[in-house]
Amino acid sequence: MPVAKKDIISRLQKDILLWQGFTPTMAGKAKGIGLGPLEAAFPNGVFPTGTIHEMICPTPEHTAATGGLISGLLTRLMKQGGVCLWVSMHRQLFPAALASYDVEPHRVIFIDVQREKDLLWAMEEALKCEGLAAVIAEVREISFAQSRRLQLAVENSKVTGFLLRNDPRKLGSTTCVARWQITPLPSHPQDDLPGIGFPRWQIDLLRVRNGNPGSWKLEWIDGNFIPVEEEKAAQVNLHERIAG
Amino acid sequence: MMNKRFVSLWFRHLLTDWFTLRRPEFKAVPFVFASPVRGRVMITATNALAEAQGVTTGMTAADAKAIIVDLQVIDDIPGQADKLLKALGEWCIRYSPLIAADLPDGLLLDISGCAHLWGGEREYLKEIVTRLRSKGYDVRGAMADTPGTAWAVARFGKVKPIIPPGEQADALLPLPPSALRLEPLVIERLQKLGFYTIKTFMGMGRSVLRRRFGQELLLRLDQALGNVDEPLQLLHPIEPYSERLPCLEPIRTATGIEIAIKTLLEKLCHRLQGEGKGVRTAILKCYRVDGHVISADIGTNRASHHIDHLFKLFELKIPTLEPALGIELFTLEAPKIDDVDPEQEVLWQSESCGLDDTDLAELLDRLANKIGAGSIHRYLPQERYWPERSIKPAISINEKPQTSWRKDRPRPSILLPRPQPIEVTSPIPDYPPMLFIYKNETHHIKRSDGPERIEREWWFDEGEHRDYYQVEDQDGRRYWLFRSGHYAGSQSGQWFIHGFFA
Repeated sequence: MPVAKKDIISRLQKDILLWQGFTPTMAGKAKGIGLGPLEAAFPNGVFPTGTIHEMICPTPEHTAATGGLISGLLTRLMKQGGVCLWVSMHRQLFPAALASYDVEPHRVIFIDVQREKDLLWAMEEALKCEGLAAVIAEVREISFAQSRRLQLAVENSKVTGFLLRNDPRKLGSTTCVARWQITPLPSHPQDDLPGIGFPRWQIDLLRVRNGNPGSWKLEWIDGNFIPVEEEKAAQVNLHERIAG
Repeated sequence: MMNKRFVSLWFRHLLTDWFTLRRPEFKAVPFVFASPVRGRVMITATNALAEAQGVTTGMTAADAKAIIVDLQVIDDIPGQADKLLKALGEWCIRYSPLIAADLPDGLLLDISGCAHLWGGEREYLKEIVTRLRSKGYDVRGAMADTPGTAWAVARFGKVKPIIPPGEQADALLPLPPSALRLEPLVIERLQKLGFYTIKTFMGMGRSVLRRRFGQELLLRLDQALGNVDEPLQLLHPIEPYSERLPCLEPIRTATGIEIAIKTLLEKLCHRLQGEGKGVRTAILKCYRVDGHVISADIGTNRASHHIDHLFKLFELKIPTLEPALGIELFTLEAPKIDDVDPEQEVLWQSESCGLDDTDLAELLDRLANKIGAGSIHRYLPQERYWPERSIKPAISINEKPQTSWRKDRPRPSILLPRPQPIEVTSPIPDYPPMLFIYKNETHHIKRSDGPERIEREWWFDEGEHRDYYQVEDQDGRRYWLFRSGHYAGSQSGQWFIHGFFA
């Protein structure tokens, strides 16, 4: 009987997903965004585009790491030739750095607004524009109602939005599909070479709607996200100890 | 060609009427404006009361005081007549778009094709004159085919103010020569010879008239008769692309303004579509009942004749338009026009939009009109090593990069707008520091790359070069530090943090 029960539950889950607008992708169409095992955390095992993701960045170091991850995702999202909008008040992102993630920085348009009110307005307007690859906004706080407005905007246009939130004390509930936190991790150069290795992050999915939150470690190597194997990391540590 | 019609308005007591409006206590007092000319105080303007008792302009104030004992003499305000005529001309723009100030005391209106909107020429002229009179200006108006005849009839006509088309000559015949806008010297000569009306000399040979009275007389005569065109010095030169919408009732609501904008845009865009052109900038002007003009302007990134889009841009500005007592007239001008790129065939259109997409351009227009065009940036690579100058802002949405983006040097995700000084402990010269303190937090450096020396661009600015190090601290956080100049032992304040790596 437990097998039958499991079947029923999984079928019910699929139905709920359908009702909530997550259509299962066709067999040939599923390409993935290159996040590897992390994608399994999302409903149907597909990174949801056309929705809004929320990234928590309490410190500039977190923001930098998040910038790296988003740049990596933009590479995929902008493949179709789309344009990306970056809305912020005190922008510190260095456009030239995007180039090292294979994003053409001149296809990113920066909107530098003066007031918090304009920021959400600009983001909403941008999200309504069909065909944009992604819209990224750095916001301090956002209410549930405001996040619902953004969600309604993307439901028609199918634009992917990212909210970078730099004030972790004011995290209310939002309609965002997932809440991320990206923390930089010490890099491990291959073969014990001196210097700094590939950028490595710990990616925590704190909240995923209809999915499974969790924690992953990824490395950005040659234009791909590569999951970090724990054994290998341990081995390197061991090496270090021996060398030390 | 359409028959031209002109209205001339003559303000008989322009300055004094204006003064009475401002100081009602002078209503029942004879007063004049006067200014000193060569040691004598000459009268420059009189009010109706003073004039009735025989005081005229050109008298000395002393003579005038002999005629009227309690005459008030007020200092003339230089340039005031000019200013007043301009303001009155602005007000008259509701009757015709082509208004010219006619110094020193009149206005000329090109009313070709305007009168029927007010139900005929008689009603039109009556409306203008009664409105101005009810404001308190003693005004006379006349209408004719030429500005010259209208001018003459307004000032000297005794029979009827509206001269039917083609009858200028008949209207001019009984008028005195001064009705021809001549120099005082010529008028004096004509009068001396006994030419008291125009009909006495109009039939004479041209060569005779030219020899005796100069070319000016012939020119003025020709202008009044319509043989020679007389261009007006317009207060508002007409934009080639502009539309007008006069309202029967003053508009006071946002809905009303919306309808007005839509109507104007439909007219303008219909015309632009036919010519394959689009708006780059447009100005909406609202003429209010109280005489003020309020305006709103929009700009687009690329030429557009899309009514909905242009309306959306204006829609954002409607809250800034203050209708007060109401708006009588809307005008829409498009001073900057460009060719519209024909819509691309949709055969190859992909799902996402590139930089040349219309939707994107329209989005950027909306953003630019609300939060300012200066807040939208796009960057292109520049062949410079100095990090702050390795990118330059793009001038237009279509500008393509001239050079490729460099990927061979590590550059941080976050670059501080200004390098921040840090305190460091460094073991040996030309080595990265062991630890650094930034914002009261100590970072122990575990790994590092560098140095990458970047020389200052000495042809721009002077200063030290920078030796950049990419460092990683005990928690795996990655930074971009640099030492300014060469290692100098004890000297502190040399180290800076400039960025954060992903």
